[in-house]
Amino acid sequence: MSRRTLKVVGWRLLQVVPVIVLATFAVFGLLQLVPGDPAAVIAGETATAERIAQIREMLGLDLPLWQQYAQWLGGAVQGDLSTSLITGLPVLDEVLRRLPNTLLIVFYALLLAVGISLPLGILAATHVDGRVDRFVTSIASLGITVPNFWVGMILVGLFALQFGWFPTTGAVSITEDPGRALWHATLPAIALASSGIAEITRQLRSALIEVLSSQYVRTLHAKGLSQSLILWKHGLKNVSLTLLTVIGLVFNRTLGATVAIEAVFAIPGTGSLVVASATNKDFPVVQGVVFILVMIVILCNLLIDILYSILDPRMNKQ
Amino acid sequence: MSVLSEGAVRPVPAPRRRSRFMAWMRADTRAAASLVFLILLVGASLLANWVAPYSPLEQSMDILAPPSAAHLLGTDDLGRDVFSRLVHGAPASLYASVLAVLIGTSIGLPFGVLAGYLGGWVDTAVSRVIDTILSCPSIVLAIAVTGALGIGLTNSMIAVGIVFSPGLARLIRVQTMIVKGELYVDAARTFGMSTPRLVLRHILPNAIQPIIVQVTLLLATALLAEASLSFLGLGVQPPHPSWGQMLARAYAYMEIAPAQMYAPGLAIMFTALAFNGLGESLRSQLDPTRRRSD
Repeated sequence: MSRRTLKVVGWRLLQVVPVIVLATFAVFGLLQLVPGDPAAVIAGETATAERIAQIREMLGLDLPLWQQYAQWLGGAVQGDLSTSLITGLPVLDEVLRRLPNTLLIVFYALLLAVGISLPLGILAATHVDGRVDRFVTSIASLGITVPNFWVGMILVGLFALQFGWFPTTGAVSITEDPGRALWHATLPAIALASSGIAEITRQLRSALIEVLSSQYVRTLHAKGLSQSLILWKHGLKNVSLTLLTVIGLVFNRTLGATVAIEAVFAIPGTGSLVVASATNKDFPVVQGVVFILVMIVILCNLLIDILYSILDPRMNKQ
Repeated sequence: MSVLSEGAVRPVPAPRRRSRFMAWMRADTRAAASLVFLILLVGASLLANWVAPYSPLEQSMDILAPPSAAHLLGTDDLGRDVFSRLVHGAPASLYASVLAVLIGTSIGLPFGVLAGYLGGWVDTAVSRVIDTILSCPSIVLAIAVTGALGIGLTNSMIAVGIVFSPGLARLIRVQTMIVKGELYVDAARTFGMSTPRLVLRHILPNAIQPIIVQVTLLLATALLAEASLSFLGLGVQPPHPSWGQMLARAYAYMEIAPAQMYAPGLAIMFTALAFNGLGESLRSQLDPTRRRSD
């Protein structure tokens, strides 16, 4: 990395700090959205006064707001995201135990999405308005509007129940048995990839059409360069930045969409954890999951920014 | 003076609107089909009691029956008519989509306009907040907010609306910044127009087109979010029907009656497709520089 790139990285790191601070406000503030007395709501309708008082003390709800926040933040910085109100176990341990299952299907889906949408987008952009293009754009329109958990259900019906090629539900730890873990993760990843394939294909197609119809590509044609050389050397190089941005967005969306997919495939990941704890009003766990996911997305955005500055030296001049 | 400035920015004569609309519908069959589908859906929602042959809650002994003359789409695990539940689920989905988008717009619009118009530290502050909220996967945030507000359809759609607001605010901010630099805005300011009037009369009407497109597209996103949340049991609560929840029930009985999951899924997909078709057609309609094919 050049000195300039290092400078950009430093500057981006600095810019991330306020976002992280605001994120801690937002995560902490979730509890403030609870109408009425949070302790009473959390404890449930049948709770005794003692249980309510116990919860209030455990969450520090009788302290002034800024002290509650300071307490929560102090814990978070030291890796203490409080404990679950239901199991009594540390939140961070639970989230980290489940995170690999979620990240496995998310990255698997992302890989599938990129691998499938690259050829599709290129095919469509090089045959604008032709039959191939129309087919690809229709598929992409469908991919954006089809509920991906429904795709998951159909995949289970076909490939797990009818043909028996894949297991219906569950997950295997990637560290225990990588092969079986991937086998279990395949159907969830395909379902999860459906909207990503559509999104990346569409964006790649329009970006590539724009580049290929630009003045300098015309000049390259005039110079006598072959179609494929122009596409691979100049076209794709110029859309790589758009592609990077879209992949970042799709990562964020996939991380969210995995929640319903985890429910379909009964995968013990962070998505099923946040649903169960939101339903059971186990707010420390909800806050913990949101906090960790926000940090992952911020980290991912940071990586993309850094890649940007490596791929496009013009960005460094700001 | 104000007559002069208004005359200058409103060149569209009213009588031509209808013929323009008809021309658009004729030119774009997908948009026309989407609009017809949505009108039928709204009609079916309003007249659900007459369209649906059975009550959505009426149980019978005939459980998980395949489609027949008596039950067009068969019956579910409690012997309820699937077609009737589908029709009665439509109002919930439409209400949910509209509510989420309305809430998102009413939070996003003022913040976006403020940030774009005022600039400076207000802009920086609003933009940082937008960045932060956008850093959280939206469904996860919506689930967390729903959990805090209390489980139910309205609360979950308030949550989805809150999640939508930063994206809309960001779009409106950029639009406001573009329009703010236009000559007619400068002119109106020179004439001594007050800031609120300037924003309402000149900035908003000229910045609104991309926002209308985005709002239409967001209706589809909201519909899918509602389906996901109801599927997860955080949206519409049983026994009231909703498409997402029907899918959850169908999934539980998938090994016995796998065909149950098709109707609600197709309903969700077609409605989202209609919202999207309309939004994308609006986009190419409103933007002459954009290619029709994308």
